[in-house]
Amino acid sequence: MRTLNLLAATAFATALSVSSAFALTVGFSQIGSESGWRAAETSVTKLEAQKRGIDLKFADAQQKQENQIKAVRSFIAQGVDAILIAPVVATGWDAVLKEAKEAEIPVILLDRTVDAPEDLYLTAVTSDTVFEGKVAGDWLVKEVGDKPCNIVELQGTTGSSPAINRKKGFDEAIAGHDNLKIIRSQTGDFTRTKGKEVMESFIKAEGGGKNICALYAHNDDMAVGAIQAIKEAGLKPGKDILVVSVDAVPDIFQAFVAGEANATVELTPNMAGPAFDALDAYLKDKKEPAKWIQTESKLYTPADDPQKVYDEKKGLGY
Amino acid sequence: MANAQPLLSVRGVSKAFLGVSALENVDFTLKAGEVHALLGENGAGKSTLIKIITGAYRRDEGEVLLDGTPIYPRDVVDAQKLGIGTVYQEVNLLTNLTVAENLFLGRQPKRFGLTDVREMNRRSRAILDTYGLSIDVTAPLANFSVAIQQVVAIARAVDISGKVLVLDEPTASLDAHEVEMLFAVVRQLRERGMGIIFISHFLDQVYEIADTITVLRNGRLIDTVPVAGLDRLKLVSMMLGRQLEADFKRTIDPNTAKAEPLVSLRGLGKRGNIDPLDLDIRQGEVVGIAGLLGSGRTETAQLVFGIERADSGTISVAGTPVNMSSPRRAISQGFAFCPEDRKTDGIVGDLSVRENIIFALQAQRGWMRPLSRSEQEALADRYIAALDIRTSDREKPIKFLSGGNQQKVLLARWLATNPRFLILDEPTRGIDVGAHAEIIRLIVDLCERGMALLVISSELGELVGYSSRIIVLRDRKMVSELTGDEISTEHIMKAIASHGATGEAA
Amino acid sequence: MAVPTIVRERTPQIIVLAVILVLNAIISPGFFSIEIQNERLYGSLIDVLNRGAPVTLLAIGMTLVIATKGIDLSVGAVMAIVGAVAASLITSGYSLPATLAGALFVGLACGLWNGALVALLDIQPIIATLILMVAGRGIAQLITEGVILTFNDKPELIFVGSGSFLSLPMPVIIWIVVAILAILVVRRSALGLLIEAIGVNRRASTLSGVNSRVILLAVYAVSGLCAATAGVIAAADIKGADANNAGLWLEMDAILAVVIGGTSLLGGRFSLVGSLMGAMIIQSLNTGILLAGFPPEFNLIIKAAIILIILIVQSPASQAAMANVRANRQAVAIKSESREHAAR
Repeated sequence: MRTLNLLAATAFATALSVSSAFALTVGFSQIGSESGWRAAETSVTKLEAQKRGIDLKFADAQQKQENQIKAVRSFIAQGVDAILIAPVVATGWDAVLKEAKEAEIPVILLDRTVDAPEDLYLTAVTSDTVFEGKVAGDWLVKEVGDKPCNIVELQGTTGSSPAINRKKGFDEAIAGHDNLKIIRSQTGDFTRTKGKEVMESFIKAEGGGKNICALYAHNDDMAVGAIQAIKEAGLKPGKDILVVSVDAVPDIFQAFVAGEANATVELTPNMAGPAFDALDAYLKDKKEPAKWIQTESKLYTPADDPQKVYDEKKGLGY
Repeated sequence: MANAQPLLSVRGVSKAFLGVSALENVDFTLKAGEVHALLGENGAGKSTLIKIITGAYRRDEGEVLLDGTPIYPRDVVDAQKLGIGTVYQEVNLLTNLTVAENLFLGRQPKRFGLTDVREMNRRSRAILDTYGLSIDVTAPLANFSVAIQQVVAIARAVDISGKVLVLDEPTASLDAHEVEMLFAVVRQLRERGMGIIFISHFLDQVYEIADTITVLRNGRLIDTVPVAGLDRLKLVSMMLGRQLEADFKRTIDPNTAKAEPLVSLRGLGKRGNIDPLDLDIRQGEVVGIAGLLGSGRTETAQLVFGIERADSGTISVAGTPVNMSSPRRAISQGFAFCPEDRKTDGIVGDLSVRENIIFALQAQRGWMRPLSRSEQEALADRYIAALDIRTSDREKPIKFLSGGNQQKVLLARWLATNPRFLILDEPTRGIDVGAHAEIIRLIVDLCERGMALLVISSELGELVGYSSRIIVLRDRKMVSELTGDEISTEHIMKAIASHGATGEAA
Repeated sequence: MAVPTIVRERTPQIIVLAVILVLNAIISPGFFSIEIQNERLYGSLIDVLNRGAPVTLLAIGMTLVIATKGIDLSVGAVMAIVGAVAASLITSGYSLPATLAGALFVGLACGLWNGALVALLDIQPIIATLILMVAGRGIAQLITEGVILTFNDKPELIFVGSGSFLSLPMPVIIWIVVAILAILVVRRSALGLLIEAIGVNRRASTLSGVNSRVILLAVYAVSGLCAATAGVIAAADIKGADANNAGLWLEMDAILAVVIGGTSLLGGRFSLVGSLMGAMIIQSLNTGILLAGFPPEFNLIIKAAIILIILIVQSPASQAAMANVRANRQAVAIKSESREHAAR
């Protein structure tokens, strides 16, 4: 009786291991769930894995690198086929990446890069924040044409890399178009409250907003706050003042529906899709991917059925 | 041992703070192999003398000789190096470190630049062995009783210093058994030829352990005498100062003693503070509490006023038992309490004289029923006039008033609540002569108007003057109740000096 | 000429506020202009009053806590919690009164928690309130599930943040009403005296019959209620509860407002009017910096420098020096007067 059971168990275990040989097992060490975008990235990653039949092992690090390192070590111990890391900080990864390399497990970085030798990871999938700024700037250049346009800018947190880069890209795009001019630029700390407060001061300082033709906000949250300030000043956002921002979070699509915002550049939560594609190519065809895979920075406008996009995005956990 | 050379001599030492003399021309001689008790009431100059010997203070005049050589310790560490170690009542070791680490803190045996833990533990065990203490030296000090911590502190001080050991109230928080254990260690050190200065308020302990006694009073040396054959009464009168003048006594209406008591204590006590005692206080009566510092006087008052919770006994007010759980409860019974330490327990320094006077009355009324500004001013003005409080302005912060005037403000604070029972703890300490007499007159006056008073004072002549009855406390026990003709400084001192056997079931 | 006591006592704050407002007007010429737009007052001065609402409300509670020798570091986090609670209640279909009652109740509970740690367990206030400061934002995130919980379709709650009444923005009305209530309750009752006494000497107060524990509990509860009110306003202002950023670092601004207002961190004497002026000084500074159009990298440096100047001017050392100068000048005046007399 006991022997039979044992036999059955062994057979079952063998069957399991055979079946798992067909599908990949991938470990994913996520930073946490500090923002809606992060939550969406997690759910998109799970969806993408499901779509490809990948067995995804998910670990939430709750904003701590030590938790991430622990998670990666446990993935190595479990012998996964690949590891995805959204690193919480840039430094201190060398040791654990070496362990993964010695175990011959490819590592793909999502969303952010690290300060470690390039040969320690397969590739990094991130957005190009300079390019996001450029897409926003290009849209505005095209939208206003030859008309003169005074722009006010709501920067992200002073000194943060997305704030620096999104400003840089936007400046590059409007360079050479002398009719476009940034007349005021101030930080809104990436928050709605500050976006609203700073926009109020912009409007006061610029003749009740009559001098302002467009607002460029480094993220949608500040734009949403600023839209309220514009409305409370008796102006029509989207018409009297054009509004362009970055991120494409669901709430900006509601503003599209209401005709109060004009464009946003998507920071896609789908970092995992390109990562899985690169992994697939690497494992099947031994094709080394580039060290940096840039995600698409898609421009959305009210012409893109904002209600539908809103509903889709809401479903991702934003 | 009788002809032992002086180990430490203090000659003609004086010290003043801001022009106020704390120690005047004091001599003190400690021999090797001697336990020398240093006695005196508050402000006698004991701690100033100790701090000069241990380097915490610099002397203004005089010299300190150790083994015949003048020393000038710059600080406590310097004094330790010279051979003078100190152990305080509150053990000042780090209880989260191990016993061994405490013994060797700051002087750990080193090996290759690192602490040699094994060597440190070995030596710690050896040191503690000599004290008959075999404990786990690698365990945190906090795991052990205060008595053992005390012995570790002594062991450390002896190991560092080795000549003179100062024990500043080492037994204050120990029980009888632990005191015995400590004394065994002290005796052993005496055998080894150390000189030990022992400070304690417990006369029985002094008689048990000390060879010689030096008494200080008001910063002056009173006498140095051998313990053997010293009469207790003589010792107490040395400490308190014999009041030679004939005791002034108030004439007391004999009828008050027959009245029903307003406040009755039955078996009221709290372990470690005051042993259970019985006491009745009637209206129109001043009951005095006498006793040395640490005898349980203030502790008794704190139990009656609900500051500390009693763990035995009852308090009845006008025949009804009352659960005295907080000062608020006491106040609601018409109690009032002027504490000994005016600064920390009495005045609210930044607030004005007016606010301090109306304070207890306002607290009693509750925040919803404020006294109007004009009511406050009228009350303040009335008491400023009645008690002759010297202040330029009723809006002056009370912290700028002299001690005597602060005390009068506190009395006014309580009189404004119209109490039936007033407790005064050292009402005349640190007060100028004029205010002193006025406060005594006020006590008599309040009593004659029918208030019940309980007064604690170290000024025995004063206590004898106004008290209807006096209870005497010693070593946290009530040892005597003096009435009628028994009330005299002499009887009080006899009661304080009476041998420990009276109260104890030997 | 008789100067009202309140003006005489708050002279430094009045001067500082006036100087900053004048500087703002120089930077931005339209600063003092107020006009009616959409049936409400509109202008930079109104913005100062409106944007200053959260810090002003926090400063009211903070003043009472500091007067008892305490401090409440948790108010920013309580704002986040309460904002999240209000947003989730209103989006779950509760009425506005129910939502507001729920939000204030949560703020009260937070305050009582702090008060219990301080008054009953005798934990140092800075540590006791640090617990909720750290944990509070996490609690708020649990409620919002990490996203900005929006209520764009709930005009009744939005009205609290951006509506107007008697031409004034609602937040301004709310903080003025709360301030007047607080000042009346504290000064018309004996509460102010008892709070100050506890701050100066808690033991002596208890021995004199003050129910110190209850009063300590009460001031932390009031601080919690003030933070709750600020939290509802902050959420209603942006039509959403932002658990990560609502009230972030505002506890520091509130403490600063109290200190600039002349209440000592050592407890005791306090001035609610002073704290309100302190909050207005800070907000005028913030608005002025935004209007000035400097690069944002300079914001914090400018703010720190000006606050340093204010605190130096208010420091006991320079107050004594100024009193000295005044005395000298008077002496000189008297001397020259007497010389004139002599000359005649």
